[in-house]
Amino acid sequence: MHELSIAQSLVEAVSEAALRAGAQRVTAVHLRLGVLAGVVKEALLFSYDVATQGTLLEGSTLHIEEVPLVIVCDACGARSTIPINRGFACPSCGALHTRIVQGKELEIASVEIEVPEEVSDVENTLA
Amino acid sequence: MLRTRLLELRQGVLSKNDQIAERLRERFNSEGVLTLNFVSAPGSGKTMLLERVLEMLIRAGHRVAVLAGDLETDNDAQRLARTGALVRQIQTHGACHLEAEWVQQHLNEARWDLSDIEFLFIENVGNLVCPSSYDLGEALRVVLLSVTEGEDKPLKYPVLFNSADVAVITKIDLAEAVECDLALMKRNIHAVRPEMRIFETSAKRNIGIQPFVAFLIEERKQRFTFC
Repeated sequence: MHELSIAQSLVEAVSEAALRAGAQRVTAVHLRLGVLAGVVKEALLFSYDVATQGTLLEGSTLHIEEVPLVIVCDACGARSTIPINRGFACPSCGALHTRIVQGKELEIASVEIEVPEEVSDVENTLA
Repeated sequence: MLRTRLLELRQGVLSKNDQIAERLRERFNSEGVLTLNFVSAPGSGKTMLLERVLEMLIRAGHRVAVLAGDLETDNDAQRLARTGALVRQIQTHGACHLEAEWVQQHLNEARWDLSDIEFLFIENVGNLVCPSSYDLGEALRVVLLSVTEGEDKPLKYPVLFNSADVAVITKIDLAEAVECDLALMKRNIHAVRPEMRIFETSAKRNIGIQPFVAFLIEERKQRFTFC
């Protein structure tokens, strides 16, 4: 259960970016979470509420987009979405040599922030 | 007046950890240190395997150091120090994994001369889930799997096994007693990480340690031909 550590890193990274952009408050965070990232969605949502307390992110909503596991086969070139618990062999031809092209994401896609009217758009796009 | 804006970030949640790990990796490479991150479930035999490996490396005249992660005790660190290796304990006080920042901090506090260390072993906290997310700047991630844990462990924990570079099956002297199908276990490892190098060992009976140590020495030689 390392989701609290993950949530704390998330809050730290978002706070830095939001402050750089002149935000007074963060209202939402959009996260891309691969099924192979080793992070449990429910535990992260729970930890998020704890980790955001007393920060710019307090009261904000965490939106998690779950990213499925996608592999590309080196042998036949097939691109397949597969479950995570049956090995990473190619479902089309059975070859073991496949590359994971999607599913390990643990990435902050975007954040919704509240900025004072006078802060220019240039500053907002700095991050 | 406040207005709402959307800020595109596309930034890894653990980017800070990854940056520190990358700096550590550069430091290890420039000093010629082969760093290994040992990960496994609790009780799979990390400490005993390390004891045998350290003894063998030290006997052969190599300079070795260990950072031993442990939740609360310093039992592992004490055992490892008896081999004569440089050992420093990282007590995580309940945290289930090590982070790059702690490795950096403990290396600085230990004041080891890295140019005088050839092999640095990081014994991660016994856990098959959480350590997989954290790069520690290692050259190789070594996953241990004991025959008592069941052949399907790699399929149950694909994230960690897929992130590893080398697998060591431990306690093979018990394989028959617990009816472990070693061939199936190896097939399952390769199902999540094709062609991963697998060593079969028993630290208690001193089986298979030598090939693993030879592999480490060869890996270092290939990476640091200047040393």
